[in-house]
Amino acid sequence: NHIVHNGGLYKRPFNEAFEETPMLVAVLTYVGYGVLTLFGYLRDFMRQWKIEKCQNATEREEQKDFVPLYQDFENFYNRNLYMRIRDSWNRPICSVPGAKVDMMERVSHDYNWTFTYTGRVIKDIINMGSYNYLGFAQNAGACQEAAAKVLSQYGAGVCSTRHEMGNLDKHEELEKLVARFLGVESAMAYGMGFATNSMNIPALVSKGCLILSDELNHASLVLGARLSGATIRIFKHNNMQSLEKLLKDAIVHGQPRTRRPWKKILILVEGIYSMEGSIVRLPEVIALKKKYKSYLYLDEAHSIGALGPSGRGVVEYFGLNPEDVDVMMGTFTKSFGAAGGYIGGKKELIDYLRTYSHSAVYATSMSPPVVEQIITSVKCIMGEDGTTIGEARVQQLAENTRYFRRRLKEMGFIIYGNEDSPVVPLMLYMPAKIGAFGREMLKRNIGVVVVGFPATPIIESRARFCLSAAHTKEMLDTALKEINEVGDLLQLKYSRRRLVPLLDRPFDETTYEETED
Amino acid sequence: MDVKSTKNFVFWLFCQFELITCSYLMEPWEKVLFYSFNLSMVGMLFYTTYVCAAAHVSTGLQFLWNLLGNQHENAVSVVK
Repeated sequence: NHIVHNGGLYKRPFNEAFEETPMLVAVLTYVGYGVLTLFGYLRDFMRQWKIEKCQNATEREEQKDFVPLYQDFENFYNRNLYMRIRDSWNRPICSVPGAKVDMMERVSHDYNWTFTYTGRVIKDIINMGSYNYLGFAQNAGACQEAAAKVLSQYGAGVCSTRHEMGNLDKHEELEKLVARFLGVESAMAYGMGFATNSMNIPALVSKGCLILSDELNHASLVLGARLSGATIRIFKHNNMQSLEKLLKDAIVHGQPRTRRPWKKILILVEGIYSMEGSIVRLPEVIALKKKYKSYLYLDEAHSIGALGPSGRGVVEYFGLNPEDVDVMMGTFTKSFGAAGGYIGGKKELIDYLRTYSHSAVYATSMSPPVVEQIITSVKCIMGEDGTTIGEARVQQLAENTRYFRRRLKEMGFIIYGNEDSPVVPLMLYMPAKIGAFGREMLKRNIGVVVVGFPATPIIESRARFCLSAAHTKEMLDTALKEINEVGDLLQLKYSRRRLVPLLDRPFDETTYEETED
Repeated sequence: MDVKSTKNFVFWLFCQFELITCSYLMEPWEKVLFYSFNLSMVGMLFYTTYVCAAAHVSTGLQFLWNLLGNQHENAVSVVK
């Protein structure tokens, strides 16, 4: 019974919600940060007056009169806040990061300044942190056998760049396959996903062009945009009114000083934003792009393989035409169990990138076993290896996502993001709860990733769960039971059950948010 | 046993206090410093309440009693 507005652009309901921070929780979070800041100042004072041993990096004695290096807020935060909860990050794992993982136990005797390994290995920790959406992180099975065969045939190193002697027949095969998978004319693969973004955006835009980038874009997109030298304007996260206003201003006013029209307008968005779990409003972005004659660069790092009825990403999820997106970029790290990135689009674009991209000219090409892993996993997802494993995995991931999100919402946690995104951020807010959550979950044999400042705004720290097709329902039930327990122990169930669904109708001054109690 | 569940509840409340004020993350000597500061603040609050507020409350009660007493006397004189 869902009445669709926006001119019927959306063929399916778009349910995204970001529940507002409760006022009391925000105040108490600031109180916590205030106390830690005061103690930080006390400790810095003691370190400077040599009452306490200084274990962090400082300048040498001879350089004490120079401009201070470690006085900014980032270093203060690092010394006094991050160090206290550091044991939740950089945990060493010693097995394949599948649905269950083994971790090496470590203890710290001086409050996280140094770690020692006890020698014990904690086995079978339920892995809720790895980007393993379709479960291809395996050390057994068809992908592993094919990769082992290619390893014995080609070796591990390529010892050259794509331009020189590093263009293997495996790379050509991979690129044709990826182009077929995405439904584009041509594609090119690179050895590193971050480098794909940061090295190719400068090849596409330059000074005199305009980049409209989402507020919460990944560091690789931001770096690529800054390296290109183009003018960058930011629009509010997933907010189409903000984007349209910027587009209108760009067309009407042109470049800042000379008022000439912009050479190119490029819109940078991501398929799934990994910190929020939100999905881009792609039908509206494409409608705007066509109306104002600009180009679209879609970064499907987290959404390829994870969304869509056959795993072909956010374009298939919304039922759109892949030819509408000018540059489709993605990574092989998350859903394909390998490493690297790709860019897909029209043949002229990809031929241009083959010649002018920094990554193609200077970076070593992908290692052959990794290429074979991608080829085998893409064929598996498409169903061309003769089995239905790929289709089953895509469906299992969708089921797991819906089940997990529904159960967490019912328990009363604040969960951000879209109903269909396999990235589930659970809000923690207070700094002590970041450390406490990570440690308590590890005690109960579940590995989670907790995120705080500077990856998120300072009061909105969260725990981020990444669901996988390899998680069985029993694993999810165990995890949910433990999360429920830890939620009661740490009082994390902040939700006041006031769901504020984002507006699906045209925005004007008379609309206001709906609340349901 | 009721005593045990009350003890557990008090301990849980104390854990919540520790988490909110981030004393969960502090080293033992920092905790000692922080708790002694907090307890001294609370102690001073109680002392101030006892010294000043008690005096105010007793003055107020006396005033009220006088008011009621006068009313009673006036009423009695009229009836007489």
